Amino acid sequence: MDGRGQDLFFLSNGHISPVFYSVLARSGYFPVSELATFRKINGRLQGHPTTHEGLPGVRMASGSLGQGLSVAIGAALAKKMNGDDRLVYTLHGDGELQEGQIWEAAMFAAGKKVDNLISTIDYNGRQIDGDVDDVLPLGDLKGKWIAFGWDVLETNGNDMAALLKTMADAKSRTGKGRPVMVLMRTEMGQGVDFMMHSHEWHGISPNDQQLKDALAQLPETLGDY
Amino acid sequence: MSNYPVLDQKDTRSGFGAGLHELGKKDPNVVALCADLTGSLKMDAFKKEFPDRFVQVGIAEANMMGIAAGLTIGGKVPYTGTFANFSTGRVYDQIRQSIAYADKNVKICASHAGLTLGEDGATHQILEDIGLMRMLPGMTVVVPCDYNQTRQATIAIADLHGPVYLRFGRPKWPVFIPADMPFEIGKAQRLIEGTDVSIFACGHLVWRALQAAQELSKQGVKAEVINMHTIKPLDVEAVIKSVAKTKCAVTCEEHNRYGGLGDAISQVFTTHTPTPQEFVAVNDSFGESGTPDQLMTKYGLDTPHIVAAALRAIERK
Repeated sequence: MDGRGQDLFFLSNGHISPVFYSVLARSGYFPVSELATFRKINGRLQGHPTTHEGLPGVRMASGSLGQGLSVAIGAALAKKMNGDDRLVYTLHGDGELQEGQIWEAAMFAAGKKVDNLISTIDYNGRQIDGDVDDVLPLGDLKGKWIAFGWDVLETNGNDMAALLKTMADAKSRTGKGRPVMVLMRTEMGQGVDFMMHSHEWHGISPNDQQLKDALAQLPETLGDY
Repeated sequence: MSNYPVLDQKDTRSGFGAGLHELGKKDPNVVALCADLTGSLKMDAFKKEFPDRFVQVGIAEANMMGIAAGLTIGGKVPYTGTFANFSTGRVYDQIRQSIAYADKNVKICASHAGLTLGEDGATHQILEDIGLMRMLPGMTVVVPCDYNQTRQATIAIADLHGPVYLRFGRPKWPVFIPADMPFEIGKAQRLIEGTDVSIFACGHLVWRALQAAQELSKQGVKAEVINMHTIKPLDVEAVIKSVAKTKCAVTCEEHNRYGGLGDAISQVFTTHTPTPQEFVAVNDSFGESGTPDQLMTKYGLDTPHIVAAALRAIERK
C-alpha cells in the first residue's frame, strides 16, 4: 500500500463515495457486484471511504472535510523523498474549501514547492444548506489559489473532452515549482432535468421512479444497473 | 528498598531529541515534522543532520497531522513534534480520521504536557491529552518518566507499526532510570518492591512516587512503585499481580483525574479485582501560571500528597 511507482488519488470530499466506488469497481479494483453492498452492514463500501475495511484503491479515510489536501501533500513529499516521479491527485468539493485546513495546506504546497501534485475542485456552487454563495461565499476562488502561489487552470467539468484536455495540460505543468489546481465548473445533477439547478439532491437518493426517469435522460448510463 | 540515585537533571524533551537523532541515523525512513517549535522540541540535531527528512510546516498543526498521514503511504515513519495541547486537542479530528481510523503509522510526539510547562499557563498546560488519545481505537499511548526513558521510548516506537502518542515535558527533571534498563512498550516496570500499597505512576510523577515511597518507609510502610510508562495497552497483569499482594493502590499522573492512568487502572480493578484506589491527579480543573514546583504543590501532585494518598488507601483496605 505504499504506492511507489503509481499515481495516487485522494478523494477529500468523501461524501461522493458512490462515484468513487463506482469508478474503482469499473477500473477493476473490486467486483462491480460489490457496489450493491454500499452503506450496508459488514461491507467494505462504507458510507464514507475508508482504508479500515481494506477496500482496494482507497488510501485514506475521508468524510470529515478539509483533510485530503494535507494527506496528499504528505504522499507527494514521500514520492519526492523516494525519487518516485509519479503524481498525486486530489478532488475537493467547493463547500469543503470553507474548512481552514485547506488553506493551511494550500499555503504549504505552494510555499514548499510541492509540484508533483494536481488538485481539482468540483466547483458546482452548491452545498447541503443551499448555494455556496448564500452559505458562505468563496469570493474570487481562482484569485485566491493564484495568490497562494498555485498554477490554476479552469475548465468545464461536465464536458469530458474539455476536462481530459485540461488534465493533460495540468500534467504538463507539474515539476515546475508550483502545485497545479484545476477548477472544474460543474452543474450538480448535470443532464437530469429535475436534479439540476438545485442543492436539494446533495445528500439524498432517488426513489425507483426518479431513478428510472433520471437514467432515461442519460443514455450513457442505460444498461449499467 | 531499591535505590535510584539521581544520575543527572535533564528535560524529557531532550531525551526525545536525542532518541530522534539516533533513530535518524539508524532508519532512513524516519522523517520528522514540526510546527514552528523545533528548538522547544529539541529536534535541531535531526534537522541539521537530515534536512531532507525534516518538514517544517509552520504554525499549522492540522496540516502537519495530515501530511504525516500521507507520508506513511510512501513508506515513511513520520514523527510529529509540537506541544501536547497542539498535538491532541487542537487536531483531534485530524488524528481520529486521517491517522487512527486510517491506521497510519504516525508517531505523535508531544512536549510541554501538563502543569510542569509552568509560566505559560493553562492555555498550554493540557491535562486531558492522555484521555483523548486513549479513547482512540488502535492508538498506543506512552508516557516515559525521565530523559533516559524518553530516549528509549522514542526509539522503541519506531518498531511498533501503528499510531502512537508519546507524551513528555519541558522542565529539567531527575534522571534516574539507568540508560541500559530494558524498556518494552506495554510492559510496566516495578521500580520498588513492597507489600503495603501499590503506587502506579507515569511521567514526571514516577520520580515523585519514588520519593513518596522513601518517606513512607520512614513510617514503616512498604510501598511498591510501578512505572506505568505505557497507558495503552495497559499492563493489566502487572497491576493485578501487584494489588494481589498489597490490596490497595494509588495512581499518580500529571493529568486530569478523568481519562488518564487512574481511570485506566480503575477499569482493571472494577473488572478483575475490586481494590481501594486513591487518585493523585488534577481535580478536574485547568492549571495556571507559576513555576512547575509551585503548580505541582498547589494542584496536589507533590510528594506529600502521594504519601497522604497512600496512607488513605491503606486505611481503606
